Amino acid sequence: MGDQYMLEIRNLHVHFRVYEGVSRVLDGVFLHVGKGERVGLAGETGCGKTVTMKTVMGILKIPPAIIPHGEVFLNGRDVLRMSSKELLQIKGTEISMIFQDPMNALNPVFTIGEQLYDVIRFAQRHPDNGENLSKKEIHDRAIAVLEEVRLPDPERIMNNYSLELSGGMRQRVLIAMALVNEPSFLIADEPGTALDVTIQAQILGLLSELVRTKGISILLITHNLGVIQETMERVYIMYAGQVVEIAPTSVLFENPKHPYSQGLFASVPHLTGGEIAEGIPGTVPDYTAAPSGCRFHPRCDYAMPICSQKKPPLIMLKPAHYVACHLYTEQGVQNE
Amino acid sequence: MSDLLLVVENLVKYFPIRVGFFRRQIGEVRAVEGASFDIKSGEIFGLVGESGSGKSTVGKTIVRIYKPTRGTIQFKGRNVTKLTKENLRFFKKEAQMVFQDPKSSLNPRRSVKSTLEDPLIVHKIAQNGRDRKRIVGDLLRMVELSPNYMYKYPSALSGGQRQRVAIARALAVNPSFIVLDEPTSALDVSVQAKIIRLLQQLQKGLHLSYLFISHDLSLMRTIASRTAVMYVGRIYELAQTEELFVSPLHPYTRTLISAVPVISKEERRVKPAKQSRGGEIPSPVNPPNGCAFHPRCSLADRICSQQLPDLMEVMPGHFVRCHHVSLNMPSAKGRGSRLVESTEGNKKN
Repeated sequence: MGDQYMLEIRNLHVHFRVYEGVSRVLDGVFLHVGKGERVGLAGETGCGKTVTMKTVMGILKIPPAIIPHGEVFLNGRDVLRMSSKELLQIKGTEISMIFQDPMNALNPVFTIGEQLYDVIRFAQRHPDNGENLSKKEIHDRAIAVLEEVRLPDPERIMNNYSLELSGGMRQRVLIAMALVNEPSFLIADEPGTALDVTIQAQILGLLSELVRTKGISILLITHNLGVIQETMERVYIMYAGQVVEIAPTSVLFENPKHPYSQGLFASVPHLTGGEIAEGIPGTVPDYTAAPSGCRFHPRCDYAMPICSQKKPPLIMLKPAHYVACHLYTEQGVQNE
Repeated sequence: MSDLLLVVENLVKYFPIRVGFFRRQIGEVRAVEGASFDIKSGEIFGLVGESGSGKSTVGKTIVRIYKPTRGTIQFKGRNVTKLTKENLRFFKKEAQMVFQDPKSSLNPRRSVKSTLEDPLIVHKIAQNGRDRKRIVGDLLRMVELSPNYMYKYPSALSGGQRQRVAIARALAVNPSFIVLDEPTSALDVSVQAKIIRLLQQLQKGLHLSYLFISHDLSLMRTIASRTAVMYVGRIYELAQTEELFVSPLHPYTRTLISAVPVISKEERRVKPAKQSRGGEIPSPVNPPNGCAFHPRCSLADRICSQQLPDLMEVMPGHFVRCHHVSLNMPSAKGRGSRLVESTEGNKKN
């Protein structure tokens, strides 16, 4: 089941028990990443990007989180029903992750080399792993991967602590760590957003080149639409725990269909100048009392009665272009 | 000239690096090494650069949060670098600042009302409680918040609302000049759009002048009328924003613009080719000799590492600090047409 995809998320609901009641964060997320595909997941703060990612990686704390519905398949295997031991074997070997803040993701009291060795040795413990590397081979592999991410003088960097490196170098080290065991799937959470644009451009260029040459599937999570446009093939736009639009990058950036996507794109300042739009009225809802139906309807200019009653399904407009909005459903059209 | 609101000349700010029990000075961070520019009355002047370029230090030194090491700042014809404490109060009433992160720039233990009342008390604008309450309500309305928000605490506000309160605090003393230090970089784009619009409306309505500090070039293009590009403590290019983006002349400016992730084909078309060999911004403790960009620059040769180029006016109102600026100059024919375009831009402004 779901073998043709690297990652498949079906109707995922994630709730959190909080003091005020139940916070319904994810409300039926569908997402898939094909083999060798580069997919972006975009949305604003608090839209559930990170919760989605954490569920996939199995690092969501349960409780307080509850997963009432939903399935997550990684390469055909159901992540949510896996034992933690099985999950641990996948992590770091088949699936890797690049975190947002390179400062906090590295341990300041170990050298870069020690941390890289750890990652390589971890993969050695995998039962299916046939090879048995000597110390020398582990060292060589670490050096090779640092060269791959174009860090100058890898021998020296192996003996450095993270504090001695610049932000861009740290991010490169993190990419190296994520790639050293040759995973087939990579999740990158806002890579390079903590860095300056020139450095960010270098990092993104490097990342997409490595991913392409090695045929790794990647899910890139970001709030920066520009980053997705420059590196990804297909995009998911999320709002308040719902996927509102799915499309190939070129299609979406030419012609966003969902009112939220349209508002989002209009808010982005352009390098060519011109006025920016007024933004989107209102604010992201409180998840303990999330709006019924389409969660965007209280902020939507086109809201109709049906929008607050029924959650719009994802409908196909064109091949590979889906939108969840009543403006495009039959019921919505009839209502108008 | 009477329409110049602020004139900054050769502003220098060093921070000492001290170690040990006796706080012995072992070096200095050369955050700003001679920045000169002026801001006209009613203008939005942009300052862009990467982190560590000294742009925030310039902003903070202008509003006298830091004391300048050297250089002069003239505000409405008065030299404010040598003001005594009493006279500084006049200046601080005229020049205000809005910080990047509204979460840390608002006191979490004070209500919005108490935060907004402070400047009114310090600058003796309203002495009795009823007046203050009325003014606080007006201020909140100015930043498009309901006056009921005055009883809330920052923790009950969203990021955008907090930044609105921070803007209201800056407006409380009725200033003519505001330094905006990355006012929207902690916010989402849809919220950013709303704050930017608010700032633009306030600027027109109250005839304010802004020094707008940001690392976001697309945003600068939208809001600033003139833009200066800073790198390791110095201004490397300064021009009308339109002109700066249409024909950037410094290799660093080109690299910066080319690195911006964009969302449309039109934008990709206007991006210049990058003129950099990679690398990162050098440390201001030990900046490179000559032009600070030379270790990253693809045009660099011997002279660049030996001699710091001057900031020269190569076209009217367009200043560049580069030895090889002629290589990036558009052809004479193209230059003529561009100049016409930029003067039209001026008229619009």
